[in-house]
Amino acid sequence: MIRLEKRPTPSRAWAAATPVLAVLATMIAGGLLFAALGKDPFAAIRIIFWDPLFHEQFAAYSRPQLLVKAGPLILIAIGLSLGFRAGIWNIGAEGQYIMGAICGAGAGLAFYPSESILIFPLMVLAGALGGWAWAMIPAILKTKFGANEILVSLMLVYVAENVLASVSSGLLRNPEGHGFPGSRNLQQWGASANPELIAGSGMHWGVVAAFIAVIFTYVLLTRHILGFQIRLTGESPRAARFAGVNPARLILICLGLSGALAGLAGLFEVTGPAGQISIDFGSGYGFTAIIVAFLGRLHPVGILLAGLLMALTYIGGELAQLMLGLPSAAIQLFQGMLLFFLLAMDVLSNFRIRLGKAEVA
Amino acid sequence: MDLSSINPVFLIASLMVAATPILLAAIGEMVVEKAGVLNLGVEGMMITGAVCGFIIAVETGSPALGFVCAALGGAVLSLLFGVLTQYLMSNQVATGLGLTLFGLGLSALMGQGYVGIKAPPVPRLDLPVLSDLPVVGPILFSHDAMVYLSVALVAAVWAVLKYSRAGLILRAVGENHDAAHALGYKVIRIRLLAIMFGGACAGLGGAYLSLIRVPQWTEGMTAGAGWIALAIVVFASWKAGRVLLGAYLFGGITVLQLNLQAAGVAIPVEYLSMSPYLITILVLVIMSADRSRAALNAPGSLGRVFHATS
Repeated sequence: MIRLEKRPTPSRAWAAATPVLAVLATMIAGGLLFAALGKDPFAAIRIIFWDPLFHEQFAAYSRPQLLVKAGPLILIAIGLSLGFRAGIWNIGAEGQYIMGAICGAGAGLAFYPSESILIFPLMVLAGALGGWAWAMIPAILKTKFGANEILVSLMLVYVAENVLASVSSGLLRNPEGHGFPGSRNLQQWGASANPELIAGSGMHWGVVAAFIAVIFTYVLLTRHILGFQIRLTGESPRAARFAGVNPARLILICLGLSGALAGLAGLFEVTGPAGQISIDFGSGYGFTAIIVAFLGRLHPVGILLAGLLMALTYIGGELAQLMLGLPSAAIQLFQGMLLFFLLAMDVLSNFRIRLGKAEVA
Repeated sequence: MDLSSINPVFLIASLMVAATPILLAAIGEMVVEKAGVLNLGVEGMMITGAVCGFIIAVETGSPALGFVCAALGGAVLSLLFGVLTQYLMSNQVATGLGLTLFGLGLSALMGQGYVGIKAPPVPRLDLPVLSDLPVVGPILFSHDAMVYLSVALVAAVWAVLKYSRAGLILRAVGENHDAAHALGYKVIRIRLLAIMFGGACAGLGGAYLSLIRVPQWTEGMTAGAGWIALAIVVFASWKAGRVLLGAYLFGGITVLQLNLQAAGVAIPVEYLSMSPYLITILVLVIMSADRSRAALNAPGSLGRVFHATS
């Protein structure tokens, strides 16, 4: 008989070990999945996790992609982790990401074709504000009316997708685009371009922002009173209230920060890798970032590593699609499995497993 | 713009069809929440049900078998959530989100070879005499069996929760799991059963989308229906009758905006398509604003992890 005994405090060793174990378990389960699809599991796993970095032919292209994909994931996940730690569930990051991109691109395009160097900073600001404002909707509805922030923020993703469809074929459509939906190419306009900073590295301003966010959040959580309040609220909301934490203020701050970071991610994406506002701009980063946040144990450094790993599965997945004909949905499933294994293994850090017969209650 | 092309009788009749998937998923989720479990994976279970039902119906040619398998598929997927949250005591919010992401991936993978195929037609259940009645006939008595089944299911859930011993035990587990455990009820077993019921209902709702409402398989076809179902449970303040009301209200809005799109109203299509989501938010806000009542109706142990210490 297996019994679970609650640990007085979660085990730190297990908390660090479970993501690694979860990745291994996902590799095994994923291998079985790929085998069931009729692909060689060892080749598939090698292509997903190894070839993007070390394959002599593809690595030159895929290595820079690692940072390109990891940048937005880390930036969004860092913001989400603050809320998740405090028990505030913003799962509408995808919508904030889209709105950030739209607002930022809109602010920039208003000045087209000026070449002022002030345009890009303005766009960054507008992007962050757009994401922030979109996240403020669930925050205010939660604090004023007690509406569930999970549902509201998620509903707003669908609204944002419709706004995106509307502006890309209306307000922001390229007037020289022969009537095709989609905005002007921001990457080709010097004032708004978000180029690769070091050639061949994939490093653009969004990646820089992600690294800054990691450091900033680390300091916030370990050194600042706000970080303490966030952690306290997550671990014991009652104790937090006695300690004088204002829950409404915390909701506004956490949702606002995560929205602003998601908006920034959207802005850097639209000015860089994506290049333009188009109907298919929303690429699911906002949802994958949820997995990244959990995989990184809601810890800034963990999220940095988790974001890189998740970016690897994206690129590896594309490679596997190319080389093995593995369906793209398989990778999505693979990422979902990773989250499941991780959540399942959490039991090890919160509970001690005791073998032996349980006494009759 | 030609609003006269919108026929009110047809509008109400199609409202019931549009509402049925959400109604099925919402009534299942209500039972789950009544047992004290918050399963945010409705969307994932729905889409898995949609793809399971579609595949089986296409392969066997029998929509009925498709619905059975959709319910099974939803229940099996929900069991994954059940094991994680009940035995491994994982966080219910995170696990539910995971279930949605997992279900979306799984369904996309399973449904790959089935894009663009048409589902076998589901016969309408024409009732003699009743279906021929003017106005009432087309509105109430000319639907497929699932519409009636969904309404019957709501009535059954209402009666079981209100009048039966099983319903009482289920509510006890949801209100206070420690007390229910002390009385000797198997909290985890009861919750697992409730979770599977919710999964089966969500699966049925998904299959209704892919087999009757659309009827085709496309990736991500549920498009937030599962989340709207979750919102309806809150809107209904955990009461079966109001779930019916809520689902039909949303069905009505969906159908109305589709009809307005078809009639060529001067509002851009995108703004019409976002209206069901905006109204969901509005309704949530109105229902949540009355805090005292919302708090009274929510099951006491909703979303809390149960771990028997003794």
